Amino acid sequence: MKKWIFLTLPLVLLAGCSSSSTWGWYVINPMTDTGWINIKFLISGMGDTIAISLIAALISILLGLVVALPGLSNKRGWRWVNRIYVEFIRSIPLLPMLFWVFYGLPIIFREMGLNIPIDPFWGAIITLALSDSAFTAEIYRAGIQSIAKGQTEAAQTIGLNYIQTMRYVILPQAIRRILPPLANQFIYIVKMSAFASVIGMQELTRRANELVVTEYRPLEIYTLLIFEYLVLVLIISAGVRWLERRMGADERS
Amino acid sequence: MAQTAIELVGVNKWYGTFHVLKDIDLSIQTGEKVVICGPSGSGKSTVVRCINRLEEHQKGTIRVDGVELTNDPKSVATIRSEVGMVFQQFNLFPHLSVLENLTLGPIKARGLSRSEAEQKAMHYLERVHIPDQAKKRPGQLSGGQQQRVAIARSLCMEPKVLLFDEPTSALDPEMISEVLDVMVELADEGMTMVVVTHEMGFARKVADNMVFMDAGEIVEQGPPEEFFGSPRSPRCQKFLSQILQH
Ligand SMILES: Nc1ncnc2c1ncn2[C@@H]1O[C@H](COP(=O)(O)OP(=O)(O)OP(=O)(O)O)[C@@H](O)[C@H]1O
Ligand SMILES: [Mg+2]
Repeated sequence: MKKWIFLTLPLVLLAGCSSSSTWGWYVINPMTDTGWINIKFLISGMGDTIAISLIAALISILLGLVVALPGLSNKRGWRWVNRIYVEFIRSIPLLPMLFWVFYGLPIIFREMGLNIPIDPFWGAIITLALSDSAFTAEIYRAGIQSIAKGQTEAAQTIGLNYIQTMRYVILPQAIRRILPPLANQFIYIVKMSAFASVIGMQELTRRANELVVTEYRPLEIYTLLIFEYLVLVLIISAGVRWLERRMGADERS
Repeated sequence: MAQTAIELVGVNKWYGTFHVLKDIDLSIQTGEKVVICGPSGSGKSTVVRCINRLEEHQKGTIRVDGVELTNDPKSVATIRSEVGMVFQQFNLFPHLSVLENLTLGPIKARGLSRSEAEQKAMHYLERVHIPDQAKKRPGQLSGGQQQRVAIARSLCMEPKVLLFDEPTSALDPEMISEVLDVMVELADEGMTMVVVTHEMGFARKVADNMVFMDAGEIVEQGPPEEFFGSPRSPRCQKFLSQILQH
């Protein structure tokens, strides 16, 4: 219930403050023409924030699995591949990685004779997916390892190969343990997508910055920005809880 | 004429520096029932797991139906298709129904159609006396029923040899006999079986050859009358007197 107090408090401020001179809520007052235009400008960044986050999360979910599998091998060489990738990627702060991908990677492509331009949209996606894949890989590894060794052995003794064992025996069981932490990672990606603003992506944060520069009302505009992220994250959390309930019901039937 | 189904010659295995199997020689004919017993940690499970390549041996040769076990994925696949295994902990797939547990191998590894596989599954569920449980999840069954499903799952792959690693050790006493009964029926039908167990009543009834292991070695082997009647080695005598006391 505390959440609701938190949510309504600024709305009360917002409603009563269009005439106040100390507060500047008028800049985002939907009752006035300019306020409404400003709000629409800010919220229209939602599409890009969602698109970047979703695509990055999907890539990270696939890439993480590909990175996790060698980590589960009984061959030391394969486990090394996994460890090096995870430790290396995990140690790079997001902002430097973003600069490297956006400004550096195109140079490598050019040197290799490839004409692959990287725009802010894909630069942000690549960076977020790469950075997140180290974490999703660890989530997969832990989730798969938690399924008893006996399950793999039983699958082997009825003639299933490695891919079939993963596909039909291990992953369906591991997914219940993998999904909640993966969802947390999705929330992390949504929040980190704000960094895309520094390479010129007009998502939520960039738009807020631009409006602050013209209106000079940082408190009001950034407050709205925070609530935009809050709403996004609350929606994701609700979705995850729904999914978990559904899978839990599945388990018992 | 009897044919050799499984042959181990001079098999050695180490876990790091720990010598877990020492010069194991064992020959199993088609249709033969071999019971392996011995104290905990003597290497019984390891022998059985080497036979279907869940573990690798480092020295010596293992042949199943004439095919030598090597790292060649083809030889492993051949062995896996001919050797079934029943585990102490059942190792059923908890997210699948009993029927799906039984049809997964035939459909995915053997390429059978769903209806063929289900027909086969129902046939073997009847053999283990639980056709009415096909739609349930393993978690809804008793331990004895689960182990019988596990046996049926192995049978669905129509193996030439069935390995059992202490199939009744995880069961409540009142459920042991329902599993042993099924195993006796299988034995009567001529299945080649290698059974690790402490159930000496079962061993007396079905074994053609008794094998006693201690500290990674086969200390003694022979037909059950001799084995139980006049065990030669002191280690085997001591083990039998302990286990037959109750
Ligand atoms: N993966 C492993 N790594 C190291 N040592 C192992 C491993 N697996 C088994 N061992 C050791 O090898 C020895 C033989 O194990 P094994 O499981 O074959 O014994 P067992 O005769 O089946 O005993 P039990 O009656 O307890 O099942 C034991 O001392 C065990 O601790
Ligand atoms: Mg054992």
